Amino acid sequence: MPLLQVKNMTHFFGGLRAVHNYNLAIEPGQVRGLIGPNGAGKTTIFNLITGIYRPTEGEIILDGKNLVGFQPYEIAAMGIGRTFQNLRLWRHLTVLEHVKLARYSKIRYGLIGALFGTAERYREEAEIEERAYRLLEMMGIHHVANQVVINLPYGTQRKVEMARALASEPKLLLLDEPTAGMNPEELTEMVQVIRQIRDELGLAIFLIEHRMKVVMDLCETIQTLDFGEVIAEGTPEEIRSNPRVIDAYLGKEGVA
Amino acid sequence: MEVRGSTVSPAETMAGNALLDEVRAQLAQIPLLGWLCGTLLATAVEQTVGESLAKALSLPAIPGLFGLRIILSPLFEILLAVIQYRRDIPGLVASLKTIAPDLALIPGAVAFILLVYILPTLIVARLSAPLTNRLAKWLLDRFPLWVSLLLHLGLFYATLHLWGDISEYRMLILRFILISIILTLSLNLVNGYMGEFSCSHPGFMAMGAYASSVLTVLFFVNDDVFGAPLLPPAIGPFMFPLALIIGGLVASVGALAVAIPSFRTRGDYLAIISLAFMFIVKSVIENLEIIGGPRGFMNQPKWANLPIVFAWTAICVWMIYNFTRSTIGKASCAVRDDETAAGAMTINTRRTKMVTFLFAAFWAGVAGGLFAHVMGYINPGTFGVLKLSEVLAMVYLGGLNSVVGSIAGALGLQLLMEVLRPLELWKWIVIPILLIVLMIRRPTGLIAFTEVKIEDLLRPRQTLRSSAQVPGEGR
Repeated sequence: MPLLQVKNMTHFFGGLRAVHNYNLAIEPGQVRGLIGPNGAGKTTIFNLITGIYRPTEGEIILDGKNLVGFQPYEIAAMGIGRTFQNLRLWRHLTVLEHVKLARYSKIRYGLIGALFGTAERYREEAEIEERAYRLLEMMGIHHVANQVVINLPYGTQRKVEMARALASEPKLLLLDEPTAGMNPEELTEMVQVIRQIRDELGLAIFLIEHRMKVVMDLCETIQTLDFGEVIAEGTPEEIRSNPRVIDAYLGKEGVA
Repeated sequence: MEVRGSTVSPAETMAGNALLDEVRAQLAQIPLLGWLCGTLLATAVEQTVGESLAKALSLPAIPGLFGLRIILSPLFEILLAVIQYRRDIPGLVASLKTIAPDLALIPGAVAFILLVYILPTLIVARLSAPLTNRLAKWLLDRFPLWVSLLLHLGLFYATLHLWGDISEYRMLILRFILISIILTLSLNLVNGYMGEFSCSHPGFMAMGAYASSVLTVLFFVNDDVFGAPLLPPAIGPFMFPLALIIGGLVASVGALAVAIPSFRTRGDYLAIISLAFMFIVKSVIENLEIIGGPRGFMNQPKWANLPIVFAWTAICVWMIYNFTRSTIGKASCAVRDDETAAGAMTINTRRTKMVTFLFAAFWAGVAGGLFAHVMGYINPGTFGVLKLSEVLAMVYLGGLNSVVGSIAGALGLQLLMEVLRPLELWKWIVIPILLIVLMIRRPTGLIAFTEVKIEDLLRPRQTLRSSAQVPGEGR
């Protein structure tokens, strides 16, 4: 049984059909890519899976459970972590606080612990902090743990976002253009980080990406989206040679 | 030793800087414990020799608020006179003559402050530093943190008590400041930590004030409206905390009425709905004859004395400090900075906002209850727009997202309002101007987004010699 299965998902924004009859099945440990021209509905699909929008039609099934109708925080706690296309970091908080906060749903000390500072709370906070440090070390950003994110370089901020998404211990990680706006150096580093995540944590990864080299390098299979519909699906080689993909996306630059 | 005068050569300036550095280095060695000992002794000095010293300095009485009023108000009066009589020189001279006796008090007030507060504090704090450093270290090493914390609080309370003992007026101001601290902190939770804009705090305060007043008057006071006390008044002071907590809970229930409609979405909704709520509370109270309507409600037993108010303030600061430092509390900061991201990171945004808002309202209610039992009388007019602007000013003056900032803001503005009280109407021109200047200079307030850890506050300070050695040893 696949980890995540999306069946016949359709979504309308008013009269505009943003996603049409979308299907997806991701196995544990798989890395899959989603490409397509701007406005094709890629991010909308992410927002539908994570519960920010509720699909007009269709089912989203994670581990045999239908996610439609759940709140974003519930879906996140069930095991879907994500990053955002335009970094959505909490500008006044430190790197460490970001990673600790992503474990919110797993905190057991409750309001009493928060208000009265019980021993249990301090033990649990210390435990969360230790995990957070380990994760930051893995991402290579533990040296900035106590810095406010807004002061960090862009590539580091991207890593913080990735670390934050991983801290919630997802089974599936959705990456929305993880290399957007990065310089070549940061880019290679990021590709390495994504590989490392897949290998060490065994997560399934679903990523939106514009840089063909990155997608082709990382993904086992790729979907191409155009006007909310999947026009091609297959291995990187198949996608590269698919005439519809070239027409809709890859070859567009030459035509325009 | 001191370098003064208009012609200061570069060498002298350097000597002046060196002197300043030396003073700073000397002061940096004093732990909080030392400062508290110093201020405690200073207040003790005031208790014993204050009266006679004031007489000797030809002051009418011991200056109420550190002589600030004696120093500032003649200066403002001169300013006002100059504005008023710009062209009219004889008029100006005449009015300056009336101010002159006030002006003559200034040197005495300055000397009093220097002799009674500053010198004893500095001397005792510095001389006792080796001892207090060792004591602070011993306390932190040997005992859990709260032992040291309680000792500091005890010393601080003793200082406040001695200082307040001088006059009824000081006692009242002290309690008002403490209540303002509770209010400001709780509003900061909403406006700072949660990033929403709430205007309903006077409403919550009114709900807490009236609810706890009704309880205490009904159960423990022989009142015209509510009749004979239902319980023996002797146990009243012991039940007072319960009345305050119920008052706080009533305010929380009121907060629910604001929160449910406004937290479905973000934006200005909360500001508008909470403002409406404040007016609703006020007019409901004005129309409830049983609790006095617009005339107000009186006969509350004056149980909120300094130790009670101090204890509640300490508990409030402690709880809010705990809350804002926990991951659960910080979730509200995450919601403020990016709600979508917070949701995607498993944070229950709606619950977070509710909890923070209700918690804030609870403390506003408790503050209201304390206020009612300080005054022994409340009326709905107290809990209006003026109160709102006062609390908002304290929050934004002190600084968003900071417990220390809120304490400083409440203290600063309350003192300022008292000091400027003789200016009457002009007070409400001077204070807003100060706030505008501040907002331009520091939009998030004086001490925004700064946390002071209790551990750092209580820790012993290094002596000069050891701190000089540390870098050499390559720490």
